[in-house]
Amino acid sequence: MTPTFKGRSILSINDFSTEDIIEVLEAAKRMEASKDKGSLLHGKIMASLFFEPSTRTRLSFEAAMHGLGGSVVGFADSGVSSVKKGETLADTTKMVERYADVIVVRHPLDGAVRLMAECTQKPVINGGDGANQHPTQTLLDLYTIKKCQGRITDLHIAMVGDLKYGRTVHSLAMALAKFKCRLSFVSPSQLRMPSQYLDALRSQGTSFEEFGKIEDVIGDADILYMTRIQRERFPDVDEYNKVKDAYILHKGMLENVRSNLRILHPLPRVNEINTDVDGTPYAHYFEQAANGIPVRQALLALVLGAKL
Amino acid sequence: MTPQRPYKVYAIADGVVIDHIPAMRALQVLEILGVHHEDQPVDAIVTLGMNMESSKRGRKDIVKIEHKELSKAELNKIALIAPEATVNIIRESIVAEKFKIAIPAVFDGVVQCPNQNCVTNHEPAKTRFLTLATKPVMVKCHHCERVVWQDEIRLLGPR
Repeated sequence: MTPTFKGRSILSINDFSTEDIIEVLEAAKRMEASKDKGSLLHGKIMASLFFEPSTRTRLSFEAAMHGLGGSVVGFADSGVSSVKKGETLADTTKMVERYADVIVVRHPLDGAVRLMAECTQKPVINGGDGANQHPTQTLLDLYTIKKCQGRITDLHIAMVGDLKYGRTVHSLAMALAKFKCRLSFVSPSQLRMPSQYLDALRSQGTSFEEFGKIEDVIGDADILYMTRIQRERFPDVDEYNKVKDAYILHKGMLENVRSNLRILHPLPRVNEINTDVDGTPYAHYFEQAANGIPVRQALLALVLGAKL
Repeated sequence: MTPQRPYKVYAIADGVVIDHIPAMRALQVLEILGVHHEDQPVDAIVTLGMNMESSKRGRKDIVKIEHKELSKAELNKIALIAPEATVNIIRESIVAEKFKIAIPAVFDGVVQCPNQNCVTNHEPAKTRFLTLATKPVMVKCHHCERVVWQDEIRLLGPR
């Protein structure tokens, strides 16, 4: 049965079945190819409620809506909203639903967007809730992988960096497990993938291994998904200094890689991918960011029931 | 092996006996049931046995409360503290009903999320936890998706 997205909130990748994910990726492909979508959401209003700062997510959602002929209202900083006056999230939601057809939210508290979705009949899209979920990032990562590799199944995907606190790698690993990919986790011992996710992968029969160095996996990977290691995650600066250089990718490390290797990063990067990698055929992170537009356009159209 | 020591508690004509509570958790059960509150019937006897010998599990706690009926909400809370407890409903001095505590699929307004950054600890919202496993109990916060093991579970206080 074709999944029905009309009116549905997009809150967590864990709410998505395999069929749901495939439907979104196919809709994003149609969206990207379409030359005739400029008024698909004409007359529709998207509320863009960013309770904490974001560059890529907010701009790409707003650009996505404008590109489909819809309009955008909202705020990019909770300091200017009535939240500062003590309004509850429930009241904010009940007010905003009267102004908009779809509500996009980023919020610093885990679970805040699901709570808001429970207060309205209008579809709510999670643009990131604290350390919990960022489902549109996961979907655009999956779309990017499928687009650059020609498939999403049976790939070897290596994730590098802060695997303990990084919500993007948690969600992506869970989603890739649905597609029989082989996963490699490369991190310092302090920042390993949490056992709750490893247990979930084991119970699904997903093949995975943990490593300490990028060199252990790079020759055999189809996708290298880089993330930033933040100094503040280490209680001791010396500990940080010991490990940080091992997780910096530079051009010299790309000599014996597969020709189809693509390097992804959710951005912003600081120094974990040296700029000398940018000019190689393997660098794919800016294309990945660009894919945020068709994926978010697909989601907006699906939840608003627009046919492409 | 030490011989089993005899013990005697008052028989009750009407009320509830909660048996097979994990050792040293009976006080938590009484806390859930609010039997230490002053609004309990003044003539009700409450018997508490802690760290008693049990042939099945070594040590156990047991509570007997006269003139008490358990609500569904109370049973759900006890399930989190004592998932293997047995409940005996006593009417007219006989065991009218006996059943094992069942772990519900969903806990609404029972558990406090241990994640300090969870929205339910900051906004007026009823918590909801979904049961992932029962032995041992493992639940997941419906809002922040934090998985919580039995030992970490904290119940919400009275609101």
